[in-house]
Amino acid sequence: MSFIGRSAKALFLKELVSGMALTLKYFAKPKVTLNYPYEKGPLSPRFRGEHALRRYSNGEERCIACKLCEAICPAQAITIEAEPRADGSRRTTRYDIDMVKCIYCGYCEEACPVDAIVEGPNFEYAAETREELLYDKAKLLTNGDRWETEIADRLRADAPYR
Amino acid sequence: MVEAWNSWIWPTVWIVIKILVIVVPVLLSVAYLTLAERKVIGAMQLRKGPNIVGPFGLFQPLADGAKLFLKEMIIPSGANPGVFILAPCVTFALALIAWAVIPFGEGLVLADINVGILYLFAVSSLGVYGILMAGWASNSRYAFLGALRSAAQMVSYEVSMGFVIITVLLCVGSLNLTAIVEAQRDLWFVIPLFPMAVIFFISTLAETNRHPFDLPEAEAELVAGYNVEYSGMAFALFFLGEYANMILMSGMTTVLFLGGWLPPLDIEPLNWIPGPIWFAAKIAFCLFIFIWVRATFPRYRYDQLMRLGWKVFLPLSLFAVAVVAGVLLTFGWLPTPVAG
Repeated sequence: MSFIGRSAKALFLKELVSGMALTLKYFAKPKVTLNYPYEKGPLSPRFRGEHALRRYSNGEERCIACKLCEAICPAQAITIEAEPRADGSRRTTRYDIDMVKCIYCGYCEEACPVDAIVEGPNFEYAAETREELLYDKAKLLTNGDRWETEIADRLRADAPYR
Repeated sequence: MVEAWNSWIWPTVWIVIKILVIVVPVLLSVAYLTLAERKVIGAMQLRKGPNIVGPFGLFQPLADGAKLFLKEMIIPSGANPGVFILAPCVTFALALIAWAVIPFGEGLVLADINVGILYLFAVSSLGVYGILMAGWASNSRYAFLGALRSAAQMVSYEVSMGFVIITVLLCVGSLNLTAIVEAQRDLWFVIPLFPMAVIFFISTLAETNRHPFDLPEAEAELVAGYNVEYSGMAFALFFLGEYANMILMSGMTTVLFLGGWLPPLDIEPLNWIPGPIWFAAKIAFCLFIFIWVRATFPRYRYDQLMRLGWKVFLPLSLFAVAVVAGVLLTFGWLPTPVAG
């Protein structure tokens, strides 16, 4: 009996037809595609994207050249050189991040005592050459100026959990 | 001068015009079939499919075509260049010449020959040569394995396809495609011969190397099968040929089982619509099933494919030939042979 039943099932393509019914059902369902360049998905405040160096509201750069980020960086992507400025404060003369080496672990951000280096929400910074991804201090500060509003919001949103 | 014009210049020009009237829409539908395939499969996987190039992505085939046209065609140093270039041309040409006998409407056929179905069958069998040539001339393991698989598969499924066609021919009494369609004026053959229609359709899937029988180009193990060494326009010709074959096989299914250009019922609003539109609509329906099947089923294993062809379809279709012939003979329904 089971042999006849099985043969009948196979002969009438029962399983194939039920499979096709399923795909037809999905054919009519609403689509879940995010129309990417025009629509974007939500990002967590903890999202680790492109790096930025922040400034205080008076325009003074936050980084005090403590080199904790350089020390903790597991990919050794950060290079810092520093000397005292004319007013006696300690500032970086060079702050380079090799974005090609960087593994986006966020340790630099964690290590920073003054919230100077952060990983912002931007992830659309693909470049055509490798050299464009070797970021220097000027580039990082520009990023900070450009993304400051978002970065500040994100830091505020995540602060209770830090 | 006038005599030459009447006797051969004008007929030649006229036939070229008729060929263009058939080939241009076929190639356009091939282009848009690729888009339809991506759209339908996308929809079945809850995606949108291409929608950036032009409204609803309607210019995507043009963009793809331009891309393939502008790409460099690489001939591998180990390949046999003559055969290597000939193979896609053969595949493409064979996919197109078969359209000569397909009736698009009442009397709308390029060559109304009496052995139309044999011609179609012969041309679709020749298609395997293009693939074998490609596999052999590429001088590459993957291409060669893909070509061997393809040849074995197409030969296996042609056998059962042949028997299915015989059951239809028994009911018609003619090899002429127009006569086959006319014989379905009262009842499409898909109803009395439903199991045969299913076997025929599944065999066409295997014959055109479509999912779930796309072993010749199994990406997982053969990279891309017989066309792995092809690029640019040569690849495009293979691609066009493959899709033109899909449309051709849908046309064959339509002519044999779905009543060709005839409306489903010969009643007022339905028979106002001209025959070619019915024909195109039925082809579109078959092509939708082609794509639908692709979106649904995983690929067969090679031994399963051969088992299905030789141990299931061949006995079933052979049995069906005996049953159909017996029924026709017993009840005296044998058609009177059409003169010609």
